[in-house]
Order: sequence, then C-alpha cells, then structure tokens
Amino acid sequence: MKVKVNQQEKSFDGDPDMPLMWYLRDELALTGTKFGCGSGLCGACTVHLDGKAVRSCVTTMKEVSGHAVTTIEGLSPDGNHPVQKAWRAENVPQCGYCQPGQIMQAAALISEKGKPTDEEIYTVMSGNICRCGCYQRIFAAIRTAATKGA
Amino acid sequence: MEFDKFAHQTIIENVSRRNLLKGIVSAGGLVIAAQFLPRSALAEVSGYAYKTGADGMPGGTVYDPHVFVSIAPDGTVTIVTHRSEMGTGSRTSLPMVVADEMEADWSRVKIVQAPGNEQKYGNQDTDGSRSMRHFIQPMRACGAATRQMLEHAAAVTWGVSDADCRAKNHQVFHVPTGRALGFGELAATAAAFKTPALGTLTLKDPDQFRYIGKGQVQITDLFNITTGRAKYAQDIAVPGMLFAVIERPPVVLGKAVSYDSAAAMKVPGVVKVVMINPTPMPAKFAPLGGVAVIANSTYAASKGRAALNVKWDDGPNKDYDSEVFKKNMAEIAHKPGKVERNEGDIDKALAAADKVIERDYYIPHFVHAPMEPPAAVVKIDGNKAEVWACVQSPGGTRGDVAKLLGFKEDDVTVNVTLLGGGFGRKSKCDFALEAALLSKEMGGKPAKVVWTREDDIQHSFYHAVSYQHVTAGIKDGKVTAWRQRSVAPSLMSNFMPDPKRESPLELGLGLIDTPFNVPNLRLETGEATSHTRIGWFRSVNNIPHAFAMQSMVAELVAELGKDPKDFLLEMIGPARIVDPRQTVTSPLWNYGDPFETYPIDTGRTRRVVQLVAEKAGWGRKLPKGHGMGIAVQRSFLTYVATVVEVAVDDKGNVTVPRVDTAIDAGFIVNPERVRSQIEGAAVMGLSIAKLTQITFKNGRVQQSNFHDYQVLRIGQGAMDVRTHIMPASIDVPSSGVGEPGVPPFAPAFVNAVYAATGKRIRNLPLGDQLSA
Repeated sequence: MKVKVNQQEKSFDGDPDMPLMWYLRDELALTGTKFGCGSGLCGACTVHLDGKAVRSCVTTMKEVSGHAVTTIEGLSPDGNHPVQKAWRAENVPQCGYCQPGQIMQAAALISEKGKPTDEEIYTVMSGNICRCGCYQRIFAAIRTAATKGA
Repeated sequence: MEFDKFAHQTIIENVSRRNLLKGIVSAGGLVIAAQFLPRSALAEVSGYAYKTGADGMPGGTVYDPHVFVSIAPDGTVTIVTHRSEMGTGSRTSLPMVVADEMEADWSRVKIVQAPGNEQKYGNQDTDGSRSMRHFIQPMRACGAATRQMLEHAAAVTWGVSDADCRAKNHQVFHVPTGRALGFGELAATAAAFKTPALGTLTLKDPDQFRYIGKGQVQITDLFNITTGRAKYAQDIAVPGMLFAVIERPPVVLGKAVSYDSAAAMKVPGVVKVVMINPTPMPAKFAPLGGVAVIANSTYAASKGRAALNVKWDDGPNKDYDSEVFKKNMAEIAHKPGKVERNEGDIDKALAAADKVIERDYYIPHFVHAPMEPPAAVVKIDGNKAEVWACVQSPGGTRGDVAKLLGFKEDDVTVNVTLLGGGFGRKSKCDFALEAALLSKEMGGKPAKVVWTREDDIQHSFYHAVSYQHVTAGIKDGKVTAWRQRSVAPSLMSNFMPDPKRESPLELGLGLIDTPFNVPNLRLETGEATSHTRIGWFRSVNNIPHAFAMQSMVAELVAELGKDPKDFLLEMIGPARIVDPRQTVTSPLWNYGDPFETYPIDTGRTRRVVQLVAEKAGWGRKLPKGHGMGIAVQRSFLTYVATVVEVAVDDKGNVTVPRVDTAIDAGFIVNPERVRSQIEGAAVMGLSIAKLTQITFKNGRVQQSNFHDYQVLRIGQGAMDVRTHIMPASIDVPSSGVGEPGVPPFAPAFVNAVYAATGKRIRNLPLGDQLSA
C-alpha cells in the first residue's frame, strides 16, 4: 500500500492492522509523534490525516492507505508554523512530551475554525492530556496563534 | 545504634539516595536561628555562603570549570548540565547560572547533558526539589572560577595585572586601555590553568546579574520540543536494536507458572520469549519479573505479548483490597499509636477541653502517569554496557546496572535522555534494569524496553494510601490540644523488611514538622504494611499530612466562628523559629538539609498566607455557588500558600475559576519556570483533589489507562493560576520549587467546596460526592 508522509510517497507492505504510530516511530524514525496511551485517550500521537487531526495510535495502516499524513516534523518546513511560534512565545512546554500532539491538534483546530471560541478550544483540546499541567499556556498560545492567523 | 548501622548499609545507598542519614546525624543540638554570614567570611569556611545537605549526597558537589565548561576558539561556550530534565527547567537554569557568573553571552552557549557519573559531576539524583537548592552555589562558583581563569589568561597574554582585567559579555577587557579579547581567543590559555580555590573566588554582585532572576531566558529545548525533534527515551533507536514489552505479574511478587511461548513466537517479528523472576521484597528497584517478548518492532512485541496467555501464582499480596485496607487503617488510626512528637500533655488537655472535635481524612493511592511511559535501551559489549534512559537518577542507575550485570561502574555509561515527565516515577530505574537483563539475554544486542500506559498504571511505585485521624480540643475559644495519627504504608518497604509505619523521612514531610502553635501537641503513627510497591510521588507524604491538617484547621473555624485565614494565622502563631528536634522521637528529617540553613520559620509561613490572601482578594464578594478556601504548607524547605476559588453548580459539578498561590522559595533564579511549576502543581493538585485514584482488588490494580485513571484535562479548572513570588535577596538560601506547589492545593480546594456548599469532603478524590 501507498501512503504519503510529510509530502513523501512511501510504500508499506507490513501488517495492515498496525497502528500508524508504530510505522511512523519505529520504521520512519519520525519520533515527534509520541507514544502516550496506545488507546486514543491522551492525544500525544496526534497527526493530520488529509488535514484533519487523528490519533495515530488507533489509526491503522490500512486506514491511511492512499491518504496523506502530516506529522509534527512536516507541519512547517522551518518549524515556524504560527502555532509553533505561539507555543514558544507563551513558553508553553515543561517536559515537552505531549506538546507535538497538542500543537498538531491546535493547528488542525485553527485551520478549521479560524478563531475558535473558548468552548471550542476546550472541547477540541480536551483529548490531549498534559500531565505537567501547561493547559493555561496552551489556551493562551491557541488564542495567540488564532489572532495572528494560522 | 541499630538504625544507624542500617542507615549506613542501606538507606544512604538506597532511599532514592535522599539524604536521610545526614538529617539523622545532624539532629539534636542547640537551635541556631538562620544567620547568613557574609560571602567573604564564609569563603574561608566552606567556600559557600551557607551550608546545604549537598555534600552528604552521593558525589557531593563539584564546581570545577574543567568538568563543566569548555570554550571553542570561535567563542562557543559549552556548559554541561548534570541533572535530569523532566520539565522543571533545571537543564536550562543551572547552566544559566554558570553563564551569568562567567559573563558569557547566552546566545553563544550550548548545553550538553552529562552521562551518569557522580564522581565527576557531583550528585545527579534529580528529586527532592533540590537541583537549584543544592547547586546554585557550586554553579555560581563554577562560573566565577571560569571568569577568573579567563581574566587571568588575558592578563598573562597582555602582561598586565589581573586586577585590571574584567570579563564582560563574552570578552575580557583591559580596563585602563579598553583592549579586549574574546572568550574564544582566551580559551586555550585559560584551560591550562588550575581551577582557583573556592576561597579565592569573587562572585558577581547580584545587581550585575544578566540572566539570573530575570525570567527572560527560554528553556533550551523549546525549539526542539515544538518541532518534534526533542528526544526522550521512548524515542531512542540504536542500530541493531530489538524491542521488548513485558507482561508483568498483576500482583506484586506474583510469578508466571505457565505461558504460551509458542503462540507468541508465531507472531511475525517475535524473536524470543524470556521469563524474568520476581525479586523478593525488599527489592529496591529490581524488576517486577514477568514474561518478556522480544521482537523486531514494538508492534510485534505487543502482539506477541497478547498471545502469551500467562497463568500466575499471585503470591502473598493476592488479597490486597483497597476497601478492606481502608477499614483496617481507620481502625488502627482510632487506637493509640507510636508517639513521634509530643509536647505538653495531650490527654489532660483533651480531658479539660470545652469541646473535642475528631475528624478522619483519607487519601487513596495514586500514580504519577508521566506522559512518557518509562523506557530504556541497553546494549552490552563484552564487560561494558551502555544505557539510554529517562531516569531521574543517572548515578543510581549506573550503579544498579553495574551491580546487576556484575560490571564495574566505570564500564557502564548511562546516557540521560529528556524525561517526558517524572514526578518521582523515574527515580526508580527498574525499567533500565529490565533492558539490561534482556540485552544480556540477547547476547548483548541493544534491547529497548517499552512500557505501555497500562504497564505504567498497573505496575508502578504508588503514592502511599493514607488515613489520618485528628483530634482537637478547644478551651475558651482557643485550640489547646491537637493529636494526629497518621497511618500509611511506607516507601521504605522497598529498602527494608516490613517497616510497618512511616519512616523518619516520611514523617518529616509535613507531619512532625508542623508549625502549629498548640501547647499540647501529639503526632503519632499507626501500623500499615505495604502490599504493593510504594514510591514517592511529587511532594510525597506532604499530600496526606497537609490535607488532614489544613482541612482540620478549616473544620475548627466552623466550630469557632472565625475567618479561615485569620484562624490559620492564629494556628501558625507568631513569627518564630519552630524547632521540633527536642520533641520528636525519631530524628527530624529536614529534607536532608541543615536546620540552621533552612529552619522552620513561621514568619515566612505567615507572610505567604498574608500575601496570597491579599492577592486573591480574600473576603471579596463572590458570585452565588462560589467559595474560597485557603491552605499553607512548608515543604521542600519552601513556603507555599494557596487560595482556591471554586464554583459549584446545582448538579454538584465543581469548577475552579481561579487559583492564587504565593511561594517563598528563597532566592529565585528563574521566576518564569517557578510560575510554570506552580501552574502545573495546581493542575496536578486538582487532579488529586477531584479525580485520581488507584484501587486494588484481589491484589490487582483496577485501573488501566486514562479512561479509568482520570487526570485533569484542559478546561476542567485551574485555567487561571496566578503565582505570587515572594521577593528574596541572594542571601536567602534557595529552596525547592518542583514539588511544594502540590500539598496546599487539595485542602484549599475542599475548604473552598465547604465555603461554597457547606459540605465537607474528607475522602479524596471528590469524584461524584457532591452530585451523588
């Protein structure tokens, strides 16, 4: 099967039931997509599938066949997507482990809604856990990114 | 004394290498109120302005620039950071101290992570909230020594006096002529000099700090974190690496009696199935045992594991049941216990009281659940091993891996990755030991052990379940008697046979160090045996101790009809040094640091209470359904007071619209990271107060992932946390920041819930207690 990852065509002939996350992490060494729960409960593995945020730990290879996947490594060529810039401006991360997933989720949210309401931010971002507790700054960074346009 | 002997053999080596012995040895003696000698005078004593417990830790402290600093000809300054980074910012803040003191330009500084080597770098045990506390002085000395070596290099080059050479912003100037040489040009000359002795160092005047105390330096990994390039142990890949997952016994000390190795081997990619035996308790950080499946990918290993069908002999802990255990603890807490601190005559005072109030408080087990589950890679080459791991304890891990493999410590390299959260979990290197065992099993090939979230939640070292029974006597409108019995299984059960009760280390975490100004005070412990692995969790036993004490204060308010903040100040009493060392039965553990440097200073306790009350607008008019609660705790030698505002709707749903926290952690190096720690502590505190609990049934953890082990998510409260930092000069010893934000949160929260609803929550988590 074929899958486009960060604009590059890849072919895959392994187990079609393997979660995309393990393909990205173990086979392509794209480790910015993090392993957090393996059950779609924490959002650390969030990537874009045809532009929409999905949990790569519960998305199988057969589901992504013929589609385009974007990981944190492919979000912006120079790492300066408005959401990434806002994350830095607000000093969001502590340990940083969940942040690629948070950023991918936030980027998809802003791309879809433009300027999301507080409720939309809470609802959409509530699938992404941060155990360090950076939520206040995540919220501020999304506001900043949405204001500056993503 | 038997305890001393034991302490020598085991505790100092084992207890997360927390400095227990130091506290024991230094206990007793006269009270010396904190007196901080001027820097010049102290240099002759120890080289530092004040003493800390750092020298008693394995490896002590090192300040040698030859160890920590290198300067390239192009002027690039590389500073080694030797403590683990799990989110507190120490990886940035400690090198920043060096850079500031040596007059380096931060934009030309690179940071490299030290491998585990405490002989070389000093203590690396990143827990106990002591990275800055123990290393601000050595890192300042390191920077000052570097600066003086560079200045001397310039003086030698120019043939002028050292006194006329001054380092400033990456150059050394000859003051009379204005000539300058860059650090890069001076590096080779400077590097040949011996390190100046501590007593000859001149530290910068704090007015001249460029970065320290400013909060303008961003964490060094910020760009890499936001672009996915930051590497954690889960992300490590080594050529030829095999992947392993382990089916561990669901009950601690359980043993696999049968499993279907053939079924696992049928899964494509699986290369080996290995049984690991459990280690009898006390097992320190030895692997739990179980059945490992080794494969050429994590996915294959996981599929193989799912096919194992392991049958277990559950062993001696098979009946552990949280409901039953709670009842037992309650019974014990209602009987006389072992006296741990005694002042006045509690029985007489209670008998003479106008009113006696008794209350019980319960905190369940919980688990750290760092976003990165534990992971480690180990490869073995002959008699040498190399480790990559997300460990808080690089030095301890090196020692433990060496011991397990029978290697010399010098032959074990521990590469410390970034830690995707730690909270105490990653002080225990069992996962690195598992990887070492499996690499050995595979003839030395690199083996990566991946813990899944289920593994992390079901096989951790759990925060101790605890039960607190408090009895207070009121006479003539004053609290004249306070008796508190604390019952909790001890984390020392990892290190010694059934310790039966909280150890001195745990008692010092907010029980026997209480500052309360009550003439008849008795603090006791009751017996409890561990039936799982108990481990330290961010702020440790301060959580249950503070929860009971600070809740009880608010309960007494209800009896006395006073303002909660005013009454809290009354309980703390006048500004003074509280010295429990004469009235405790076991030596007071002052977080491993000298009492003289870090006394229990109620003036500081009072000031954070007053500051937070003022900033939170204590007593302001609140909307319907809202309530405010206050609590304070000195922990990790830092004073923290929190006001929580809750909003409770008519269905009993509780949200937290605002949190104010005042912190006095002495001199602050990086206020921006202090704020982030306090914000995070509120989120973790609210998780503890509302959501998290681990329960056991038939010896097994009943939760498995984030659907049933709930932690706070965005928008569920603590979205407006305001941190108020008590200003302090450089002469006030820096204390902990990572942990002390947690303990006051839960009691402030339940006190706020009471203010809003009149309902008193004594069992955590809140769960649906208000809506049920």
